[in-house]
Amino acid sequence: MLRDITLGQYYPVDSVIHRLDPRTKLLGTLLFIISLFCMDSAWGYGLAALFLAVTIRLSKVPLKFMVRGLKAVLVLLLISVSFNLFLTPGREIFRLGFLKITWEGLRTAVFMAVRLIFLVLGSSVMTLTTTPNELTDGLEKGLGFLKKVGVPVHEVAMMMSIALRFIPILIEEADKIMKAQMARGADFESGNIVQRAKSMVPLLVPLFISAFRRATDLAMAMEARCYRGGEGRTKMKPLRYHRRDRLAQLLLVLYLAAVIVLRVMI
Amino acid sequence: MGIIKAVNLIFDYIKRDEEERVEGVDRALDGLSLEIEDGSFVAILGHNGSGKSTFAKQVNGILTPTDGTVLISGMDTRDEGHIWDIRKTAGMVFQNPDNQIIGNTVEEDVGFGPENLGVPTEEIWKRVDESLEAVGMTAYRLKSPNKLSGGQKQRVSIAGVMAMKPQCIILDEPTAMLDPNGRKDVIRTVHELNRQEGITVLLITHYMEEAVDADRVIVMDEGRVVMDGTPREIFSRVKELKKYRLDVPQVTELADELAGAGLPVSRGVLTMDELLAQLVPYMKEHMTCQSKQ
Amino acid sequence: MSIKTVNLCHVYGQGTALEQYALKDVNLEIGDGQFIGLIGHTGSGKSTLIQHFNGLLKATSGDLLYNGESIYAPGYDMKQLRSRVGLVFQYPEHQLFEVDVFSDVCFGPRNQGLPEEEVKERAREALALVGMDESFYEQSPFELSGGQKRRVAIAGVLAMHPEVLILDEPTAGLDPRGRDEILGQIEKLHRERGMTIILVSHSMEDVARYADRLIVMNHGEKIFDDTPRNVFRHYRELEAIGLAAPQVTYIVQALRREGIPIDDSLITVEEARDAILRLVGRAPVRDGK
Repeated sequence: MLRDITLGQYYPVDSVIHRLDPRTKLLGTLLFIISLFCMDSAWGYGLAALFLAVTIRLSKVPLKFMVRGLKAVLVLLLISVSFNLFLTPGREIFRLGFLKITWEGLRTAVFMAVRLIFLVLGSSVMTLTTTPNELTDGLEKGLGFLKKVGVPVHEVAMMMSIALRFIPILIEEADKIMKAQMARGADFESGNIVQRAKSMVPLLVPLFISAFRRATDLAMAMEARCYRGGEGRTKMKPLRYHRRDRLAQLLLVLYLAAVIVLRVMI
Repeated sequence: MGIIKAVNLIFDYIKRDEEERVEGVDRALDGLSLEIEDGSFVAILGHNGSGKSTFAKQVNGILTPTDGTVLISGMDTRDEGHIWDIRKTAGMVFQNPDNQIIGNTVEEDVGFGPENLGVPTEEIWKRVDESLEAVGMTAYRLKSPNKLSGGQKQRVSIAGVMAMKPQCIILDEPTAMLDPNGRKDVIRTVHELNRQEGITVLLITHYMEEAVDADRVIVMDEGRVVMDGTPREIFSRVKELKKYRLDVPQVTELADELAGAGLPVSRGVLTMDELLAQLVPYMKEHMTCQSKQ
Repeated sequence: MSIKTVNLCHVYGQGTALEQYALKDVNLEIGDGQFIGLIGHTGSGKSTLIQHFNGLLKATSGDLLYNGESIYAPGYDMKQLRSRVGLVFQYPEHQLFEVDVFSDVCFGPRNQGLPEEEVKERAREALALVGMDESFYEQSPFELSGGQKRRVAIAGVLAMHPEVLILDEPTAGLDPRGRDEILGQIEKLHRERGMTIILVSHSMEDVARYADRLIVMNHGEKIFDDTPRNVFRHYRELEAIGLAAPQVTYIVQALRREGIPIDDSLITVEEARDAILRLVGRAPVRDGK
């Protein structure tokens, strides 16, 4: 189940999209999402599809891998499509008991589905071509302007980066604790919801204690290595825009302009 | 003057209840005095709770004395203005390999210290390259730390400290969570750094085998230094070591037992060859006719 | 009681490019009242193997019989198996969770559905077996020393009255005295209660001292299964797979190479000392042990 979520998984190949600065990719994803909510015509969606297809092609990530990410949102997709399909008033095409499908409903449902699918695919392109580290670096630098208004951007980025490192460790640890408790006859599977919630206590207590212990240890190790926040820190891998980033940004602006033009004209 | 100097060091862990009232005081260090020579390899032994880890944290300025002084290259650890210089001079490697690696790849982790020190980018890369080379982990530089064995993780941690160009490394039970092969790797790496780079090493452990090749062995008990000498001197006092809840390698123990039974074998034997060199000629000469058959 | 494995295999990622045998055709039988040392370096399959013994992991192929009954048969009572084959994991921190020591030890027997009186009786008995007296009952398990935590963890499993006790590196991270105390306690359980013990360890010295049978794993396969004395005779093969015999074995072998006819099956310091003394015509040392 967890394995099906491609969102947040890095696909290691070398492509022009992979090599783009994470800030460019973040900006691109943001603009793409905005564009999806701007458009309301088939032409608009056609343009978005073209843009997305070209990007996916350039990223060298197999389409199959991308589509797998959609499984995770399938339920959400079905719910929103059926709501729009059956509950939009307008010219009726088909009726079955109290359920009726209208032209307007069909149109909204299709657009809604396309929008959602594009949204997931678009963000998958970013997460599949950007390592979590680049992503945090990109966020830290890209959102650096927020520091001026008192948002602790560096600290948040550092926390994200540490979380990324410790999630697999904690998952493994949870597995070990579960086994240790099962060896003592604990049952995590049967019973009603209250019993099951109660049976989580022997898992969660050791897990939390361990997580706190790790946090204390890590804080001490970071201090021992002279960590004192973002001030005066240099970067081993500083982010720099290259020519390809400028080009990509130009293309993004052109794309957005085209979307706006389409929206106004049609 | 030594790179590390502790004078009458006292440290209390203070337990407080919910309202911050003092509930109990645990004296972890009790008038400890010692001096460590620059460039030496010193093993500090002691059972769990003898105060050895508390002392390690004093050297790096993570804890500061309740009373007495700790000087690192002449800098007082209680002087807040020097704290970063002290941590840069005396780097620290901890017991749990998972809880001290910050980076998501090996090379990023090694670069973490220099980044904090504000070292320019090119210089960081140079230091990362050199440090990974020194601990033999260059081939793993792009790997995720989660994919490494315990011994490899500890070597990455050592590289992370080396990249800060310290004069001294304190290793607080770095091998306690490793298997025998990982343990050997880490100890060998530390010895190489000591010999080749001249780094002062303070190895805190309760595995006696790891102290055999040290220049000096210090035994701690109840927050004090109770034995201090060369490995040979210390290991010849087997009974005393056992009193401090410690153990000796099997060769040393066998030599000690044989010496106790009156055989001409010296106590404090550290290696098998040493024992054999003394034992074989004697046995050949004294074997009874019956056993020669 | 007996555990028998028949061609036991455990494969990770079967059918993918990353297919890896964690266990490969393991055949062994563990009889009543044995003290077994299970040795192998990290990744040799020893941890995977013990998790099959109580059904936490399921074999990819092959069979595991407990008292002659396949534990993979439909409807087999896994919960019962787990209370008969007690498994104590390496880190006590992974199982201690209750507010005090006593309630933590009660967790196992309570899961077995025993009446409250018996649960408490068993907890008291188990804690006594590991040498934790009543003054510890009310203490938080998180404030104990490393050695004490380990005792409580062992008691937590003992309270379920297992027939077999499996311990995964029970001495990791303990100092020499703590190690001797825990191993002494386990040896006592074996001696006085006749409990079958499987001790997973990295330390050859420890298994040499306590086990009467040694199983060595490498790359998921069982490569030695014999008395410690006989296994350590293969010290060169052990070295080739990243393990080593106890130091005493090396000393004895070196003496033999020098032409001294010392018994090559000696594995503890005391045995070697007495053999050497006997060879030079002196009386062996009598010590209290």
